[in-house]
Amino acid sequence: MSLFDKFASLRVAYSGLESAKSNPFNVAFDRILSPTEARIGNRPILLLGTNNYLGLTYNPAVIAKAVEATEKFGTGTTGSRIANGSYDGHKRLEHALADFYGRKHAMVFSTGYQANVGILSALAGKGDHLLLDADSHASIYDGSRLGPAQVTRFRHNDPDDLANRLRRLSDTPGDKIVVVEGIYSMLGDTAPLREFAAVKREWGAYLVVDEAHSLGVLGATGRGLAEAHDVEADVDFVVGTFSKSLGGVGGFCVSDIEGFDILRVVSRPYMFTASLPPGVIAAATEALHQLRTRPILRERLLDNARQFYYGLADLGFAVGPEPSPVVSAIMPDPETAFAFWSRLLEAGLYTNVSLPPATPKGLALLRSSVSAAHTPEQIDHALGLFAEVGRAMNLIMPAESLMEMREAV
Amino acid sequence: MENSVGDIRATIFDTLRSSLEKIVELSDQTNIVNDLGLDSVAVMDFVMEIEDRFDISVPLDKIAEIETLGDLVFAVRDLKAAV
Repeated sequence: MSLFDKFASLRVAYSGLESAKSNPFNVAFDRILSPTEARIGNRPILLLGTNNYLGLTYNPAVIAKAVEATEKFGTGTTGSRIANGSYDGHKRLEHALADFYGRKHAMVFSTGYQANVGILSALAGKGDHLLLDADSHASIYDGSRLGPAQVTRFRHNDPDDLANRLRRLSDTPGDKIVVVEGIYSMLGDTAPLREFAAVKREWGAYLVVDEAHSLGVLGATGRGLAEAHDVEADVDFVVGTFSKSLGGVGGFCVSDIEGFDILRVVSRPYMFTASLPPGVIAAATEALHQLRTRPILRERLLDNARQFYYGLADLGFAVGPEPSPVVSAIMPDPETAFAFWSRLLEAGLYTNVSLPPATPKGLALLRSSVSAAHTPEQIDHALGLFAEVGRAMNLIMPAESLMEMREAV
Repeated sequence: MENSVGDIRATIFDTLRSSLEKIVELSDQTNIVNDLGLDSVAVMDFVMEIEDRFDISVPLDKIAEIETLGDLVFAVRDLKAAV
């Protein structure tokens, strides 16, 4: 008997992937050359699975700010903000975030995961109720479990199911807090936020929107889905991350609700962890500035997203319900997903494999994410590789039959 | 709606039979994960159907405690009784 016996079946599956040299959970890049290129050994790899939506990881201004702050303030804060104090940079970033969202309050967390865990565990107290979209990210589930509130999940993107659940709770005391995401990270679909906002108003609930994958992607100024659907006034809390469109690491929450700052001495994932290093904070601040002043990045990103999404759909792959920077090809089963992923990597294209229970409806996904930094040629190259591997594995029709079929229609 | 343990059990078993691909003999002792082969998310999705049928919400901590179909039957009965 060993401590790890409980993971026996998982170990078998994991070792199987290792020995088949197709383990997507253990990739090591020898060099990263740009937001879209890396090397494994001497092989050039096109990156199409990094969530680097605006391609800001190598932006010269972002790097310069990170270097400057590191030289001036050191490599780390070596403690939490309540115990060891805040640096000027943390406060400036919080002001910049509040200003960007047009909100009164902002709080920065050390990761996006911690932002969700820190906000949800603190907002919902004993006797309160959290209602989560069924397809919520693990950080939303974990944050809900960390607090004392009662948690239920409603059907993904189903405002009627949410309304039913709020109705069942209507005679029960306690605050009701609804959590949805802007863009869901597995299939790239967006929430029907106008309908959710209407339900939330009708039942007097609070609404939290996780814009992790939609910050810098959606909305006239890049604030996310709430801006795109013109319901920002109904969203009580926006949670987000610096590790996708902003190319760094860290998380945040913004809100207009009076008294928000008390969370700084309530939220344990905020209080009991080291604050972000000055260089990381400076980089995120500059990346946010880039996001605000260069809407062209968002336009390029969405052009690339459409090119790749419709490209895959035209080839005959089953894809998610709408074009977005997250583009997943639905695979028949996990084994096919691993094999497809591995053949793409051999051909020099890096994507992700996503499996149940992390995925909705038991789907095995070959997940890609496009960047503003991709050129149309790189997207075409990736589509060419998907076509090649898809045909070799008999997942899509040969080019000729596809042409014939189109002519027949 | 039917609230006796027998009626609740019949409704749960019927719902389960219509969503399971293979035919499994169901009893109160049937272990939802081991005998039915559902993963954690599939269990939660199945519970959603039961919630609709009985117009109740089963909190996630309750679902976590449910191991057998019998546990589910009695959890539903308790929640119905509390309404």
